[in-house]
Amino acid sequence: MQVFSEAWRLIAEWNADLVMIVALSLRVSLTATVIASLLAVPVGAAVAIWAFPGRRVVVVAATSLMALPPVVVGLFVYLLLSRSGPLGAFGLLFTPSAMIIAQSILIFPIVVALTREAVLPLEREYRLLVLSVDASPWLHIRTLVWDARFAVVTAVLAGFGRALAEVGAVIIVGGNINGVTRIMTTTIALETSKGNLELALALGLILIAIALILNGITHAVVNMGRKYQMSR
Amino acid sequence: MTRLVLEQVSFSAGGKTRLGPISLTLDLTGITAVLGPNGAGKTLFLNVCHGLLTPEAGAVSWNDKPAAEGRRRRGFVFQNTAVMRRSVADNIAFPLAAMGIRGERQREIVSRVLARVQLLDRAHDPAAALSGGERQRMALGRAIVAEPEVLFLDEPSANLDPASTALLESIVSDIANDGVAVLWATHDMKQARTRSRHVLFIDNGRIVESARTGDFFSSPEAEPVRTYLNGGV
Repeated sequence: MQVFSEAWRLIAEWNADLVMIVALSLRVSLTATVIASLLAVPVGAAVAIWAFPGRRVVVVAATSLMALPPVVVGLFVYLLLSRSGPLGAFGLLFTPSAMIIAQSILIFPIVVALTREAVLPLEREYRLLVLSVDASPWLHIRTLVWDARFAVVTAVLAGFGRALAEVGAVIIVGGNINGVTRIMTTTIALETSKGNLELALALGLILIAIALILNGITHAVVNMGRKYQMSR
Repeated sequence: MTRLVLEQVSFSAGGKTRLGPISLTLDLTGITAVLGPNGAGKTLFLNVCHGLLTPEAGAVSWNDKPAAEGRRRRGFVFQNTAVMRRSVADNIAFPLAAMGIRGERQREIVSRVLARVQLLDRAHDPAAALSGGERQRMALGRAIVAEPEVLFLDEPSANLDPASTALLESIVSDIANDGVAVLWATHDMKQARTRSRHVLFIDNGRIVESARTGDFFSSPEAEPVRTYLNGGV
């Protein structure tokens, strides 16, 4: 009980360390989600719409990589960014940028696969209509993504949730440096191992609250989309 | 008047010839009914004529231009209407967006078309909320919004009640009276008899009869037509 009340006190007092860690977590995960989604939504839609050589490989890869082990991604990004790696010259290792890169890689296949799932049934329904009005490829992809917008937003939120909950990759490429790359999940891992359960628990409670809020938003988005759904 | 020419057109799928060979020259005015039993190739014929599908052999042209060109000048109401996940007005505006017509001009045109298909009061409702008849009128509005020369209708009244069918027929007749050539696939004999000027009958992927509506019903020449009109398959 003592631990809980201490954790609650940290939250209620809006503890400076706590706020910094939560803010960095949100900044890293939101940036990674935006970057990954800007690339993944068009790719997911394109894979649903157009047949091109290697499309099947992309679909299988995206679906398989949804379960990508974060530590492997962390290792891969570490090798890329380490001083002797191909991108070592940029000096990104153990910075929030490295964490953003790792999280973007983790989110990308999730958003690609879920966007494809959302767009595919619409493509089947709209194909002849789009063809009949000679829509440009740009209008074609925009039309389908817009009409699948509620499911696409849900896909992006799923990606954000994955990023926020991730620990394995960011601890490798971020290094968990106090005040620099320490985020909620890595702090929970570290502080728990040190026996400092108050801070770990406070962060855990905030993480759960964010997950519940995300879930609420996802449900609201799905409900908003329902009135546009067909019931034939 | 709009001239449609098919030269030795054929189309295969699954190793079987589904359409043709068809050679045909038609000067389309008013409504032309496309009749034939289920699976005869009516939908395929319409798709190939429109330019949505490219025939394996032969060529389709409209006023001496290949069918693949100027598809926007030909509107299409599909058998399975695409109901876009947006408002009724935005559904109708879609072909205009493809042509780069936006803003106030787009709103003006869409309002006019909404009035014509009697959906002005449903303009801002989600299209998914429309009844079957209203959906088909919305699809009709979307097909005519770009002021096509030819309108393709693929059994749009197949699942409609008599009142919705009558309303749809009367709107299409008005459109045809305004000078739009209409190619209308239907199973409804009364519809074909009362609304069309000309009838094409398709059987096994071939045009077996092309005649003025009166002649088609009073003295059909082809055996499959006589069988069909007598209630056979």
